[in-house]
Amino acid sequence: MEALQIIWFLIIGILIIGYAILDGFDLGVGFWHLFAKKKGERTAFIHSIEPFWDGNEVWLVTAGGALFAAFPPVYATVFSGFYLAMMLVLLGLIFRAVGIEFRNKIESKTWVKVWDISFFVGSVLPTVVYGVAIGNLLQGLELDPIGDYTGSFFALLNPFALFCGVVGLAMFAHHGALYLSMKLEGEMAETASKWAQKAWYAFLFTLMPTLAYGVKFCISGDYRILPMIFIVLTLVVNSAAFMLNKKKKAKEAFLASSVTIAFLMLAVATALFPNMVPCTNNPEWSLTVFNSSSSQLTLLSMLIIAVIGMPIVLGYTYFIHRVFKDKVKVHKD
Amino acid sequence: MDPVLLARVQFAMTIMFHYIFPPLTIGLGWMIFMYNTRYQENGNLVFRQLAQFWTRIFAVTFVLGVVTGITMEFQFGTNWAGYSRFVGDIFGAPLAAEGVFAFFLESSFLGILLYGRKRVSQKLYWFSSLMVAVGATASAFWIVVANSWQQTPAGFEVVTEMVNGVEVQKAVLTNFWEAVFNPSTLPRYSHVITGAITVGVFFILGTSAWQVLKGRNTEFFRMSMRTAIVPCFAIILLTMIVGHKHGHQVAETQPAKLAAFEGIWETQTAAPLMLFGLPDQEGERNRFAVQVPGMVSLMVGGKFDTEIQGLKDFPPEDRPPVAIAFWAFHLMFYMGMWMAFIAFIGVIFWINKKLLDHRLYLKLCAFTVPVPFLANEVGWVAAEVGRQPWVVYNLLRTQDAISKSVPAGQVLASITMFTLIYALLFGLWIYLLRTQFKKGPDSIETLAAEVE
Ligand code: HDD
Ligand code: HEM
Ligand code: HEM
Repeated sequence: MEALQIIWFLIIGILIIGYAILDGFDLGVGFWHLFAKKKGERTAFIHSIEPFWDGNEVWLVTAGGALFAAFPPVYATVFSGFYLAMMLVLLGLIFRAVGIEFRNKIESKTWVKVWDISFFVGSVLPTVVYGVAIGNLLQGLELDPIGDYTGSFFALLNPFALFCGVVGLAMFAHHGALYLSMKLEGEMAETASKWAQKAWYAFLFTLMPTLAYGVKFCISGDYRILPMIFIVLTLVVNSAAFMLNKKKKAKEAFLASSVTIAFLMLAVATALFPNMVPCTNNPEWSLTVFNSSSSQLTLLSMLIIAVIGMPIVLGYTYFIHRVFKDKVKVHKD
Repeated sequence: MDPVLLARVQFAMTIMFHYIFPPLTIGLGWMIFMYNTRYQENGNLVFRQLAQFWTRIFAVTFVLGVVTGITMEFQFGTNWAGYSRFVGDIFGAPLAAEGVFAFFLESSFLGILLYGRKRVSQKLYWFSSLMVAVGATASAFWIVVANSWQQTPAGFEVVTEMVNGVEVQKAVLTNFWEAVFNPSTLPRYSHVITGAITVGVFFILGTSAWQVLKGRNTEFFRMSMRTAIVPCFAIILLTMIVGHKHGHQVAETQPAKLAAFEGIWETQTAAPLMLFGLPDQEGERNRFAVQVPGMVSLMVGGKFDTEIQGLKDFPPEDRPPVAIAFWAFHLMFYMGMWMAFIAFIGVIFWINKKLLDHRLYLKLCAFTVPVPFLANEVGWVAAEVGRQPWVVYNLLRTQDAISKSVPAGQVLASITMFTLIYALLFGLWIYLLRTQFKKGPDSIETLAAEVE
């Protein structure tokens, strides 16, 4: 039983990491969208993510479904506890998707402008909220015995959580800029690479104080060595991303940034473990991997689904990136 | 404000909005696949033109299905935490399977269908259109499994456990396949899919007729109409036959619901079919009833002396809101008859080629575009309202299923947000559809040049 529970904790971790790496780059592209001044450039940005964004978002849908299935009380507590925040995420996801798909459907200046803004806001909003949510999970929530959140909405907007939101934004901005520098050509690729540099500094300078404070959660956990290792790895690989970008190795830099994201998420996951939602008012009421999972049979049935399904999903992801592997052209206008 | 009512209003509103789009993409998906197949077979560019035009309509619709779908997935947790804790052991698995098996498939191949026409071989393009249709149809499967389980639960047991000193009940899976193929899964799934395809084909028929009326690209849209007529006729009949089967299953597994659908208060043999009437919940009777004697017994059991359980057999607090269930069910039925009528005339006119251009008929077809959408919506209202007061039939009451931690004010705020955004999205959708129809298909010459 315990093994299955840990496996499912890992699978959900993998799904969330997959989401962060894949949707991370198109959320990041959304952040930079308004920084491109020329229409042709913005169109190229959209083209660079058009065939992928929906598939990327499915990682979120699947992670949500898997959390619901494997740890129902956690899904119930987190989604209802973060009610307004979740609504903001939805608002953002709606407007960015519609922005991507509708922008190029009609040729009118105002039309395009409205969707450009909507794509930007719709990308920034969820990114920040994800960070805030992680910050709050690390600190723990006020819960009642069955796990309903009893704090207020404003309690979620505490300094540490907000800082995590900014870290998230900087991280995805870095990731998105590297993606652009890999996917575009010529001048625009140069600009994107410079953006990546700036974002890298922003990421590092927000990450350091967050870590300094956040280490407290790592050393209070039951497995204190693991998060520390992952933090070190995060910092190392992140530096590699910087160097590679400087050397104009766009693809490698993007990969390094992906690995950075994975390590940082692993640091968070291991710092929490075995808790999933720590309870601040009574630690005994915390939702853990062991007291909040579904039954053995459900975990096992779903494991079979995952073992059959996930390789196929990775296959699709690889395949679609191959079909659209060419660089995106920037048209001058 | 009553938080339970607010949560229900929000759920009903968002799911009904979501359900405008998936049926259309499922139906269009299969028609687009058919066009691509015909083009592969005979190389006639008209079919390529058809495939291409309707793929554009598909694209505009698809994105709305996606964004409103994510709302739905979040909502079980945000607004129905009690429900999520109770059913999570069973309900989450189909939701996750849907992502793994269907959405990834659909979204990957859709990328190729929309943006990859010039990058992949003809064969792969054709295959992608098949996978998109299969993916859309498969997504419907898992979500319908989840819904069917809450209508007719199976393969589980209810356990009571102590969580931090509080008694909590939940359903625990005992048999995966029994839960997946519970008594209503297959009847419901087949009816939902046929209903969805009905939306797609009638949409092509009606919007094309409308373009012909307006004199825009008439040759193309006439062709489009001609390809839709026979599918319309076949699928509406199938939908009704499958729906009838679905009714048998309801009679067996959810008798209170069936009694509400038919407005039957007393348990009786030779139960009459009420064509019109106003069920009166308080007075436990129907007003202004127009009835055909014995018909319900005949339809349910195949003979007049089949006994039908009446609503009075159930305590008042276990009865669904009868008038809503009754009218939703009857409207679905009447709309089905109407579509069958339109399709039947269509087939006659199709055989007698000239008549398809009959202006009155074109108008009727155009007027019918919203009908299958509405039939699907009221069908779901019947199914869901008929299940009340239970969220999980006979196990969990709706009032115990909501998120206790969410203040009513926040739900009100999100309802307001959804109302505004969804109104905007709907307006945009109509607007973009109109511009696509005005623009019409790419010309045969452009397509011919592309092939070379
Ligand atoms: C084009 C759409 C359409 C049409 C023409 C019909 N239906 Fe339907 N019906 C649906 C679309 C639909 C649906 C939206 O797909 C529902 C909602 C839930 C479900 O299982 O299917 C539904 C529900 C539904 C239910 C309730 C299932 C439940 O409570 O679980 C029954 C008994 C029928 N239908 C029967 C029929 C009959 C006898 C029809 C003959 C005219 C018919 N339907 C036409
Ligand atoms: C798998 C799919 C679905 C699931 C799991 C589901 C589940 C639920 C739940 C949990 C509720 C809230 C509790 C309640 O009031 O009963 C509800 C209500 C409702 N659902 Fe569904 N539903 C599904 C599909 C649909 C669809 C496709 C529609 C229609 C388009 C629909 C229409 C409604 C309506 C109208 C209500 C409100 C009923 C009332 O408040 O009386 N549902 N459903
Ligand atoms: C309340 C229950 C429902 C939930 C939680 C839900 C969830 C979702 C989600 C998350 C998506 C977006 C997937 C993506 O990003 O690609 C989606 C789209 C879709 N949904 Fe729903 N859905 C519900 C009801 C239904 C029902 C009842 C059907 C059909 C019978 C359906 C059919 C589809 C289809 C075919 C799509 C793909 C998009 C499209 O083709 O338009 N959904 N749904």
